[in-house]
Amino acid sequence: MKTKVTLNLNGNQVSGTVENRTLLVDFLRNDCGKTGTHIGCDTSQCGACVVHVNGKSVKSCTILAIQAQNAKVLTIEGVAPDEDQLHPMQDAFRTHHGLQCGFCTSGMIMSALELVERIPDPTDRQIADWLEGNLCRCTGYLNIVKAVKAGAEAMRSQAPRSEQNRQ
Amino acid sequence: MNNFNYHSPSTLAEAKSLLSKHEDAKLLAGVMTLFPTMKMRLATPTDLIDLGHIEALQGIAIENLSVEIGAMTTHSQVASNDQIVEELPVLATLARGIGDAQVRNRGTLGGSLSNSDPAADYPAAALGLDAVLRTDQRDILASDYFCGLFETALEETEILTAVRFIKPKRAAYVKFPNPASRYAVAGVLVAEMPDGSIRVAVTGAAPCVFRASAIEQTLEKQFSPGVVDSAGLDDSDFNDDVFASAVYRTQLVREMCKRAVTQLLDEPKG
Ligand SMILES: Cc1cc2nc3c(=O)[nH]c(=O)nc-3n(C[C@H](O)[C@H](O)[C@H](O)COP(=O)(O)OP(=O)(O)OC[C@H]3O[C@@H](n4cnc5c(N)ncnc54)[C@H](O)[C@@H]3O)c2cc1C
Ligand code: FES
Ligand code: FES
Repeated sequence: MKTKVTLNLNGNQVSGTVENRTLLVDFLRNDCGKTGTHIGCDTSQCGACVVHVNGKSVKSCTILAIQAQNAKVLTIEGVAPDEDQLHPMQDAFRTHHGLQCGFCTSGMIMSALELVERIPDPTDRQIADWLEGNLCRCTGYLNIVKAVKAGAEAMRSQAPRSEQNRQ
Repeated sequence: MNNFNYHSPSTLAEAKSLLSKHEDAKLLAGVMTLFPTMKMRLATPTDLIDLGHIEALQGIAIENLSVEIGAMTTHSQVASNDQIVEELPVLATLARGIGDAQVRNRGTLGGSLSNSDPAADYPAAALGLDAVLRTDQRDILASDYFCGLFETALEETEILTAVRFIKPKRAAYVKFPNPASRYAVAGVLVAEMPDGSIRVAVTGAAPCVFRASAIEQTLEKQFSPGVVDSAGLDDSDFNDDVFASAVYRTQLVREMCKRAVTQLLDEPKG
């Protein structure tokens, strides 16, 4: 009851043979060594494990690795443009103290990135609403909302004109 | 979770034959309910049949009097589909209030209605909008479909394929969400149907979704939030748990109902 899984992880083709029951989060962490995606609850509630599968944010503790067969998977390790530069959303979390222990942060950021794709200029209310599935035990959320707002703004100003027109 | 054989059929017939062949097989939709259950070992299927690649379970069809939605349509597709927002806005609003963004990205209409959690939102829409639940074998009226706590009329190997909702003249759904999960502690859908009758479907409060018929009759005489408190409400089997007492749920049902009626009076298009 093992299956070979091949997927595109942050732009690179990866594959491995996994037990059918292997969750995507375990494949990412244990087989691919991408430990930026966390496991907080393992019961679909905390959002520490959020990654993108084919452009949509999902809880990677509640999808099988083999369900991501041939999919495009994006994790926190894949969002920055290069080694020396943070993604504007990551940068905003640092600037606005959107994290303390950091355990929830990768999930928060992956979640926030889909929000900004849907709503480039979200209100505080929309941000709080969208982050319903991401729990943080440290910050009290206010700075996370500030960070997402600032991150969204930075992404808008960075987006090339053609991309802005598309939205 | 226990290990299992994984099948990914591309047709309904294939899914059906796999389901019939393997004694302990389970269908897999968004798995937002199934995996938490399997992780707790409350379910230990030998075979999982993924419905995600079956074209016949997808799609949204708008008709004159109704809207038909494929079982594998995700909550976020229902919430953001332009046609649904236009033609059946109450369902888009309901879907937007389910769980969180990631639950909505994976969870499906069919999964929710097959599971029939007493606190789930969609059952209120199915019963309140006089839906037909279509399976690979037959059509089931919503009034015959919900049988009890996590119990539906679906047979062991029956696959829910689509749901057809009647377009109401106007309808509103208001719930009191559990602050952690957003499941309905109590949720009420009020609809004025094409023939002018009023339907009030209640989820979250009892072991199974139900229609509050005395409230319906009262609202038919006078459509106003003020009359809701005077109508009878059979709360003899209301849920009494760590989240809310039965007495509190009775209050919540009346309050959610009043809010839904108020919404409809404020926004006639609902
Ligand atoms: C954190 C969290 C919060 C949530 N909040 C809410 C909420 O606020 N409101 C709400 O309503 N729900 C909520 N849910 C539940 C969510 O909506 C689920 O998606 C839904 O109940 C099950 O749908 P699914 O597609 O994930 O089904 P699955 O988990 O894949 O399947 C559920 C069951 O249905 C069976 N099944 C699936 N599809 C079919 C089919 N087509 N025919 C026959 N049987 C089938 C499966 O075999 C399984 O037994 C929440 C879930 C989580 C994890
Ligand atoms: S670890 Fe996936 S939601 Fe908590
Ligand atoms: S920063 Fe510690 S959990 Fe969010």
